Amino acid sequence: MTAVSDPQSVAALVAEANDNRVNLDFETEGMTLNMGPQHPATHGTLRIIARLDGEQVISAEPMCGYMHRGYEKLTEVRTYPQINALINRIDWLGSFANEVPFILAAEKLMDVEAPPRAQWIRTILFEMSRVANISLFLGDFGLQLGGMTAGFYAFRDREWVLNQIESATGGRFHPNFDRIGGLKDDLPKGWIEESHTAMDKLLAFCDEMEDLLVGNEIFQGRTRGIGVIPAEIALSYGLSGANLRASGVDWDLRRDNCPPGLVYDQADWKVWTHPDGDCFARTWVRLQETREAAKIVKQLLDTIPSGPVMAKVPRIIKVPAGEAYVATENPLGEMGYYVVSKGDLVPFRVKIRSASFNNISVLPWVARGAYVPDLISILGSLYFILGDIDR
Amino acid sequence: MDQLSSADTETPEEAAPATDDAREAVLAEFTSRLGDGVLGSHIRVGDDLWIRVDRAHWLEAAEVAKSMGYRFFDFLSAIDWLPSPFGRDMDAQEDLVVAGTPAKEPEAIVQGYAGGDTRFQLLARLYSISAGMGITFKCDLPDDDLTAPTWSNVFAGANWHEREAREMFGFSFDGHPNMINMYLPVDFVGNPLRKDFPLLARRVRPWPGIVDVEPMPGVADEEGEGE
Repeated sequence: MTAVSDPQSVAALVAEANDNRVNLDFETEGMTLNMGPQHPATHGTLRIIARLDGEQVISAEPMCGYMHRGYEKLTEVRTYPQINALINRIDWLGSFANEVPFILAAEKLMDVEAPPRAQWIRTILFEMSRVANISLFLGDFGLQLGGMTAGFYAFRDREWVLNQIESATGGRFHPNFDRIGGLKDDLPKGWIEESHTAMDKLLAFCDEMEDLLVGNEIFQGRTRGIGVIPAEIALSYGLSGANLRASGVDWDLRRDNCPPGLVYDQADWKVWTHPDGDCFARTWVRLQETREAAKIVKQLLDTIPSGPVMAKVPRIIKVPAGEAYVATENPLGEMGYYVVSKGDLVPFRVKIRSASFNNISVLPWVARGAYVPDLISILGSLYFILGDIDR
Repeated sequence: MDQLSSADTETPEEAAPATDDAREAVLAEFTSRLGDGVLGSHIRVGDDLWIRVDRAHWLEAAEVAKSMGYRFFDFLSAIDWLPSPFGRDMDAQEDLVVAGTPAKEPEAIVQGYAGGDTRFQLLARLYSISAGMGITFKCDLPDDDLTAPTWSNVFAGANWHEREAREMFGFSFDGHPNMINMYLPVDFVGNPLRKDFPLLARRVRPWPGIVDVEPMPGVADEEGEGE
C-alpha cells in the first residue's frame, strides 16, 4: 500500500472513485461476474469479466485467446493453395467469403485475372455465404433474447442456402472452392434454378423475421436505445460492416472500394444505413443486408456469362515479390489480408485483418453503464464469430 | 424507410491513370505536415500508398493522418524481415549443424515497399471513407529498443492491436493503458511471430508441401510454365 499524504491527490482519488460509481444513491458492494468461457451468448469460448455495481456494469473486459490457432504463423509454412483451405476456418459461417480476399490479393501480386464466369460465380457464392451467415445471426440473436422460435426458423431456412453451396462446391461449411485464377469447378446442372428457389425461400424468411423478431415489442424493448455507438467512436475502433452502417456511416466496400474480381457493379442493389447506432439498428441493417444479398444473387444468376472458370496459371504457384492489401465486405465486416511475398511458394508474412477482432474491441466502451441483461443484447448485436476474433 | 437508405448503387467509371495524382497529392500534403518524419514512400498506381515514418514521428503521423480525414482505423501489426532460419525441408541451419555440414551464409534482410533499415517494422493502415483511399504506414524499430509510442489515444482500436503486436513480436508501446496478453497464456515464453521462433509441429514433421515442388515429368526445364 502506498500512503497518500498530499490532500490534493486524495481529493483527486476520491473524485475518481465517485466517477466510477455509476449509482451513488443505491450503492451496493461491487461484484465480479464471469461470463463464459462457455456462455450461450458468446457462441464460442469468449470470456467476459464484468465488474458490476448492482445491476449495472462498471467495466467489461473480454478475454480472448481460447481459440487462438496461430494462422498468421501457419501461413508462413504453407503454400498459397494450402492457405486457402486453412483460412476457411476463420469465420466458419461464411467460409467462402474468407477465401476471396486472400485469393484476390494473390491474384493482384501475380497480375492474374479470373475469367468473367468465375468472377460471377465467386460473387454469387460470396453473397450466398452472407445470406447463410446473417440469417443465422437473426435466429441466434432472437434466441439469446428469449425468442426461441426465431432460432429454429433460421436453422431450417439456412439449410436451403447451405444445400446450394454444398451442391456447387462439395463442402457444406468449408468449400475451399477458390483457386488462384478462378474456381475449382463449374456449376452443376440445374443449380441456377435451384438457387433461385432457395433465394426466394430466404426472401420469405426475411419477411417472416421482420414480423416475428424485428417487429416484436419485447425485442424492440430490449434493443432500442441499448448499446449506442456514435459514428466517431465506431470509426476510431475500426468497426466495419453492419456495425458501422448502423451508426450512420454510409460505407460499404462492395460499392465504395470493390477489388477487381468481384462484379457487384453488375447488380442493382442498395447499401442500408441506420442513424441510431443501437442494438436494434444493427439488427435492422443486417436484415436489410440479407435481403439485398439475396437480390444480388438472383440478379447475377440470370446474367452469368459463359466461358471457362479458370485462367491460365502456372501449375506451381509462385507469387512474385511484393506487398498487397485486399479487403472485401464480408458478412461480419471488413476482412483483409496484407500479403508480403518474396517470390516464393509460401508467403513471407500474412497479416489477417478480421472484422470481429475490431468489432468486439469496442465492447469495454459500449458496455460501461449498461445493465447486465443489456450486455447480452450488446454482445449479440455486435455479432462476432469466435474464430474471426482469435484467428 | 426510404430516407434511411442510401442512393442507388453507382459505380463510377474511371480508368486507372498512369500517374496517381490523388495519392501523390495525399503524400505531398502528408510530407509537408510531418516534415522530415517521412523516410520513404511507395505508390502503386490506382491501388495503394505506403509511407514509412520516423519512430519519433510515429504518434504525430497518426494525428496528422486523422486530421487529414483518415479516421477509420484498419489494423496495426508488424513485420519481421529476418529470413526464416528454418527451411522447408531438413535444410535449416540447425539441421546442417547436426549433420556436420558447414553452415550456409545467412540470407540478407531485404525490406519491402518504402524501404527500411531494421529487422522489425511496425505496420499500420488507416482509411479515409470520404477519399476512398487507404494509407499503409511503416516504422523502423531498432533491435536494441523495440519501443514505439502508443496510438491508442488517437485511435481507440489500436489498443487491442498493440497488445497483440507486443506478445507476438515482443515490442512495447509507451503509454498503453492496458498492456496484458491478448491470446497467449501469461507464462508463455517467446514471441511466436518472430521468424526465429520455431514452429515445432514443422520441426518434428517435414513440410508436406515439399512433394509439390519437385518438377513434373517433362516440364522439368520450364518449371512453373504449366498446362
